[in-house]
Amino acid sequence: MRRYSAFAIAREALRHHTGWERAWRSPEPKPRYDVIIVGAGGHGLATAYYLGKNHGIRNVAVIEKGWLGGGNTGRNTTIIRSNYLQDPSAAIYEKARSLYETLSQDLNYNVMFSPRGVMMLAQTEHEIRGYQRTAHANALQGVDTTFISPSRVKELCPIINIDGPRYPVLGALWQPRGGTARHDAVAWGYARACSDMGMDILQQTEVTGVRREGGRVVGVDTTRGPIDCGKLGIVVAGHSGVMAERAGFRLPIESVALQALVSEPIKPVMDVVVMANTVHGYMSQSDKGEMVIGGGADGYNNYTQRGSFHHVEETVRALVETFPMISRLKMLRWWGGIVDMTGDRSPILSKTPVEGIFVNCGWGTGGFKAIPGSGWAMAELMAKGHSPLTEGFSLDRFREGRFVDESVAAGVAH
Amino acid sequence: MLTLTCPCCGISACETELAPGGEAHLKRFGPGSPDADFESYLFLRQNSRGVHFERWRHAMGCGKWFLAARDTATLEVFGTYSAQTTEPPADIIAAIRAKRPDWSPA
Repeated sequence: MRRYSAFAIAREALRHHTGWERAWRSPEPKPRYDVIIVGAGGHGLATAYYLGKNHGIRNVAVIEKGWLGGGNTGRNTTIIRSNYLQDPSAAIYEKARSLYETLSQDLNYNVMFSPRGVMMLAQTEHEIRGYQRTAHANALQGVDTTFISPSRVKELCPIINIDGPRYPVLGALWQPRGGTARHDAVAWGYARACSDMGMDILQQTEVTGVRREGGRVVGVDTTRGPIDCGKLGIVVAGHSGVMAERAGFRLPIESVALQALVSEPIKPVMDVVVMANTVHGYMSQSDKGEMVIGGGADGYNNYTQRGSFHHVEETVRALVETFPMISRLKMLRWWGGIVDMTGDRSPILSKTPVEGIFVNCGWGTGGFKAIPGSGWAMAELMAKGHSPLTEGFSLDRFREGRFVDESVAAGVAH
Repeated sequence: MLTLTCPCCGISACETELAPGGEAHLKRFGPGSPDADFESYLFLRQNSRGVHFERWRHAMGCGKWFLAARDTATLEVFGTYSAQTTEPPADIIAAIRAKRPDWSPA
């Protein structure tokens, strides 16, 4: 793989850009791999990458039924933060956030990580108490957050109306090291690095069955024929239930649609991410100038990658109250993704009832922020059989009642 | 927009008038049951891509619970029926079979 650099740009400029290589290979499947990962989204590709980088396991295939990064990796609102309440969450989300800081250098691919700061508005007395509690918990966990005053909110984001009639801004939980990154670039960067390590990324290949012998996985059936494997990682987000059924077990997951939209591009008006969880909306401005807006998830099971219009209407209505200057912006694009919700709103990174099969799912409405940490932890789990980062997130926790309750930090807004 | 007919009051209601209540026909377990049964009742879900039986409440109407059969991959509604039943009635099964010949109940 030729490295990307300022020198490479100069070199290619002189020869009419004829020397750029394809970022990753599109190989024919081999008959057997040590590890197969199902799902070439951010989490699947990151798992493969850290299997190779941290554990030396490079005979790996990542199988994707659509195209690389075409699911929720390309459908989120790119927000990165780690201001969760419980210790297991803080550990894995903060690991992810800190890996994002050096991800561009690590992958030699510009993921445009922008630590512009994430602000979660407190608009009721209960939210003030809740976020103050989170700030104290984060202080003990080593996550840099503070509870700030309304005047500081106004200073950091002048377009907010802090004196709204129904929900005035009473303060905010502020994580200055949170921010955004380019979501597609995260998937592409990991894919390029995986391909460079000799891993095969098989796009347009659907896993149609999981082959087991004596309670152990031995391979998968795909639309391009059967492939043997030593271990299997299922990292397919919204379709986790479908894959689990093929592998012969059930998951505590329900799949629902979560929507987002962007406005037409405008000049820079805000350089922080603002989340308003009481009124159900969050907004940031992309580098192109579009206002990136997200809101609540639908309440019913859905696999169609489109959601209900009234949720978008509610989100926009709430944000117009909070940011009056956006009231006349036109909407440019609107899309939905299928998110995998667990009962405690925390992910599952775990062994399964079938030996050799591991699942990484249940990230629900907020998986993008966790991609590097999730891949790091999942790779360790698959390579060694245990990882300190995944201990709290096993499948057993639902049977044993050891929930990692993040419904406040993760229930609605991301 | 999803529209369901409430079998209790007969009104054809759009989803803003309804509250979703999750998977239908769950087998409930009480005190003294093993952990695995509680887990399946409280957390494990079919979450099928395709035919799905689910609970709804006509929250902004008559307020009653009812059940619906719906396709989660196409949003097609096969029918709604009373919540006072432990399994889908024959006419709902027939309506699903008519449109999904290869479907079999889980």
